[in-house]
Amino acid sequence: MIKPQLFRHSALPSQPATSFDANRVVDIKGLWTVFRTPEAESVIHKNLNLSIEAGEVVSLVGGSGTGKTTLLRQVLGLETPDRGTIDVLGQPVARMSEQGAASRVGMLFQQGALFSAFSVLDNIAFPLRELKTLPDSLIADAAMVKLRMVGLGAEQAHKMPADLSGGMVKRVALARALIMDPPLLLLDEPTAGLDPESSDGFCALLLRLHRELGLTVVMVTHDLDTLYELSTRVAVLAEQHVIVSGSPKEVIAFNHPFIHEFFLGERGQRAMELLREYPFAV
Amino acid sequence: MEDPQPRIAPPEPELPAAGARARAAVAGPVRVLGRWTTAQLSVPGVWQALDASLQTVPPVTGLAWDLRLVQRLDHIGAQLLWNHWGRQWPAQLQTLPSQRSVLESVARFSVQLPAPPRRSFMQLFEALGERVLQVLEHARGFTILLGQLLLDTLRLLRRPHQGPWRDISGHIYRMGTTALPITAIVGFLIGVVLAYLMAQQLHQFGADTFIVDILGIALIRELGPVLAAVLMAGRSGSAITAQIGVMRVTEELDAMRVMGIAPGFRLVLPRAIAMALAMPLVSVWTTLLALAGGILAADLTLNLSPSYFVHALPDAVELSNLAIATGKSVVFGLVIALVGCHYGLRVKPNTESLGAGTTRSVVTAITLVIVVDALFAIVFSDVGV
Repeated sequence: MIKPQLFRHSALPSQPATSFDANRVVDIKGLWTVFRTPEAESVIHKNLNLSIEAGEVVSLVGGSGTGKTTLLRQVLGLETPDRGTIDVLGQPVARMSEQGAASRVGMLFQQGALFSAFSVLDNIAFPLRELKTLPDSLIADAAMVKLRMVGLGAEQAHKMPADLSGGMVKRVALARALIMDPPLLLLDEPTAGLDPESSDGFCALLLRLHRELGLTVVMVTHDLDTLYELSTRVAVLAEQHVIVSGSPKEVIAFNHPFIHEFFLGERGQRAMELLREYPFAV
Repeated sequence: MEDPQPRIAPPEPELPAAGARARAAVAGPVRVLGRWTTAQLSVPGVWQALDASLQTVPPVTGLAWDLRLVQRLDHIGAQLLWNHWGRQWPAQLQTLPSQRSVLESVARFSVQLPAPPRRSFMQLFEALGERVLQVLEHARGFTILLGQLLLDTLRLLRRPHQGPWRDISGHIYRMGTTALPITAIVGFLIGVVLAYLMAQQLHQFGADTFIVDILGIALIRELGPVLAAVLMAGRSGSAITAQIGVMRVTEELDAMRVMGIAPGFRLVLPRAIAMALAMPLVSVWTTLLALAGGILAADLTLNLSPSYFVHALPDAVELSNLAIATGKSVVFGLVIALVGCHYGLRVKPNTESLGAGTTRSVVTAITLVIVVDALFAIVFSDVGV
């Protein structure tokens, strides 16, 4: 069922361009998250532990409401957990939003979150411009390199985000996330809302960048194709903590109702049935 | 720890060792040192020092470069070196493999920035023409909306039991009732301010009692309705555009059309009727509060008793003024609702367009209110004054 060649890149890149001293890029210990509404409290994470090593591509999967995106936002320092610690690149996450955060972590938001008032080039260059130290010409050159690195042509540089297609928005957002060469890249549903073709193209791009830049990638995804294509490790969130984390093969072998439903459930079955019904349709 | 300052050490002539060959000293490679990363370059002062250091080695080709002592090199640092090399590989280059791959990707993707598209005179001329056409297009759209409203009103009169009555009453509450506090505060304060200013002038001429005439005419005929209309345009006009615009962004309008429900009848008509009904009421309320403010200020500054003010008012201001005020308030309400709907229906399915549409709606509504007020002033110039 799982194509074996999909695991081809599980080895670490031999010499990452931006290697980090500490091997442990993300370290989550004893994390508790409680959502409070006036009526009730609901525990989202209960004593959750997860650590991510340099060079890994980790997919977070789980049913809706298991707090995948919340976890991603906590790693970014956008939300504060109720208890527990999150260290990113050896530093507590509370210090993340300080100046220069873009050189530590890049985030690709689900809708891209491009600044609608800026052109493509200005969007990519924004984190560098905000440093107020580098000359404009160097910043423009660096932004152009990143723009072409994500597979877009120079002619797109002066377009506005409103004039871009969904796939292009994601690429520009990726270029912006990578402008300061952060060793850690977070992706929230990287292929959601893309048609299958651009989805495949985007996966190939992420793979290439992971290899070339030696990135550590953490992503939340529902798309099984993306998951198999990219991840070296899958962490499954259920029952308020990480129930299993390992290679896709190991995770599928784990016995848990959610894993059955998600990996081997209806969607997989449906695909099988279609194949049986139309044996000649390819 | 080594000095992280990114810098280059210019080639030093190798000292001829004692008894060496009599050859001229050979220049060694330019050595690149320090951390060539964005984070390092963003430290204050580092860039200036690096720039000075780069000046010591002129960007000539044919030099040998040694990068192996660099502590870290990222794409920005590589770009900096690449630009310094004149965007080509130097004659001799010694690097670590990881450094070479970063440099190679910079070399592969580096490209001159395309010039931003310049606009020619012809394009500017065409842009002007487009503007004019846009204004005409807006006028056309507004006329269609007005005509549709008329047809929908006829439909409502023919089959009143099918009318969106719950919507109408809901809108009257939201646009009218909830607007009462803000219009009360603004109206009252404007009344106080006007009365204070006039009282000082009138007192100089000993014409204290004329404050009733001036305040009465000004507030009842002009300021009350216009003030209320401007507030309503800002409050309800923007809300109408935002509501309909959001429905446009989320494709709710299309869903409605698919179900065979006319947006004109269900969205525009109730809002227009509600505004036409609520606007005169809010206007009268604002006028009353403004008069109350005026009475208070007159009492405090001129010792004009409230009972005198109230008794003198009917003689000073003819009843026709109230009729004009109410009549034009109905028109103000219709204008605000229609402008709000017009811009709401024109919102394109993206969020920027929603914001721009709301702003334009409010500006246009307030402008049109003043224009309509001026028209009324001209048409009824000899009535009630």
